[in-house]
Amino acid sequence: MTAPILSVQHLERRYGARIGCTDVSFDLWPGEVLGIVGESGSGKSTLLSCLAGHQRPDAGTVTYDGRDVLAMAETERRRLARTEWAYVHQHARDGLRMGVSAGANVGERLMAVGQRHYGDIRAAAVDWLDRVEIAEDRVDDRPSAFSGGMQQRLQIARNLVTGPRLVFMDEPTGGLDVSVQARLLDLLRGLVRDMGLSVVIVTHDLAVVRLLADRLMVMKSGRVVEQGLTDQVLDDPQHAYTQLLVSSVLQV
Amino acid sequence: MSEYNFAYLDEQTKRMIRRAILKALAIPGYQVPFASREMPMPYGWGTGGVQLTAACLTPDDRLKVIDQGADDTTNAVSIRKFFQRTAGVTVTTATTDATLIQTRHRIPETPLTQGQILVYQVPIPEPLRFLEPRETETRKMHELEEYGLMHVKLYEDIARHGQIATSYAYPVKVEGRYVMDPSPIPKFDNPKLSDSPAIQLFGAGREQRIYALPPHTHVVSLDFDDHPFRATKADHACDLCGADASYLDEVVTDDAGGRMFVCSDTDFCTARVAAGHKGRLAAEAA
Repeated sequence: MTAPILSVQHLERRYGARIGCTDVSFDLWPGEVLGIVGESGSGKSTLLSCLAGHQRPDAGTVTYDGRDVLAMAETERRRLARTEWAYVHQHARDGLRMGVSAGANVGERLMAVGQRHYGDIRAAAVDWLDRVEIAEDRVDDRPSAFSGGMQQRLQIARNLVTGPRLVFMDEPTGGLDVSVQARLLDLLRGLVRDMGLSVVIVTHDLAVVRLLADRLMVMKSGRVVEQGLTDQVLDDPQHAYTQLLVSSVLQV
Repeated sequence: MSEYNFAYLDEQTKRMIRRAILKALAIPGYQVPFASREMPMPYGWGTGGVQLTAACLTPDDRLKVIDQGADDTTNAVSIRKFFQRTAGVTVTTATTDATLIQTRHRIPETPLTQGQILVYQVPIPEPLRFLEPRETETRKMHELEEYGLMHVKLYEDIARHGQIATSYAYPVKVEGRYVMDPSPIPKFDNPKLSDSPAIQLFGAGREQRIYALPPHTHVVSLDFDDHPFRATKADHACDLCGADASYLDEVVTDDAGGRMFVCSDTDFCTARVAAGHKGRLAAEAA
């Protein structure tokens, strides 16, 4: 029996008197994809940024691989963040360096962990661009010359190049049209399976979690109202809010 | 002379700057904040360097001021006059005679010796500034030694130009710890930063930072394993003194493509000419 890669107990984050999220507990196992769904303002992004160390929670514990993340020195947490963790932003512009080429964007994490061989870095960048279906001749173009879908794929390549074990994704398909979304999801699903990634994915799009997530957590007003296997939650919702959420999806 | 305190600044200010200098010398390459004063010259004219010089000068010092290697350019002349008037110190143009040298964008060709102080004027002290605009973030990056971003810039250079095209203000790592901007000196001068017997002080007046290299500090220019650092210069010999290992300025002499290359260090060049060395155009110039 392996241990969970990420274990969260009674996590709480308040904004003054208001609740960001409260009493969130879950375990994430190696290779598992956990979806977090909920309406806007339900605290899912707050939860994610607490997990990734962008915000400090007010109470609770986060344990990664047996280590207490909140008690870690910042040096160590930032080292984790650029080696074993990855964070895919909703807007690719937040996660990319728009002023430098695609190759440099992918290479940045490699250089941050001490690679100092230009040829190797470039080869890795080209290899990763290929894996996210960006043509090799675009390696020296800036991300601003890319379409939205390509930017998002580039952001994913940039995050996965150091072979992380745990990936946080904040609405990775937000703002993309449906056909681009479908290809991105397909790509993500392939990468997650091939690399054995553990993923926490936040989204309001039930189709995304249906395709990607093994398990699902439904949040409402900062609290987890229901959790379970994805199919079970989506096909047989128990909580009133989940029922509302599932029935709100437009059928084409 | 009597209407100014020695070297213009009041004693309390000099004391404050000396404390910052001592701290900077104790932590080579670390940028020490200091309460930069308004100086009677505009920002960008060496206000940081002038404050360092003022804090270090003693009445026995012999001062040399250079701007891009030359002793006779506007910036150098005005700062030299400033200290002649406010401190009454002896001034010189000879590198070997000077005890304190304030410089803008060059290190003298003549090797410095123990006991000399070299003061640099620095416009932007933060090497990471153009990559990361947030001061809070760059401080954190220095604190945590996160310098991968510096290599992103060099990567971009190679990807775009086929080689590291950064030719001045070339980033260096000091004693294996802090990444430092050596001020906009040509990268030709970078090797001279390392293991110098002189004290090197860097002052940025507008940005209110002082940093330093104590004597014999190990300074390494950043590079890639397969694209090593090279100190480059124009591929010529000086047309006046014939020196083939000094940093050269290209001077356009007419509108028909005529040009000449001369040492940017005027003191070095005149000393060589006086010693009888001759370059390609030496006869015409004489």
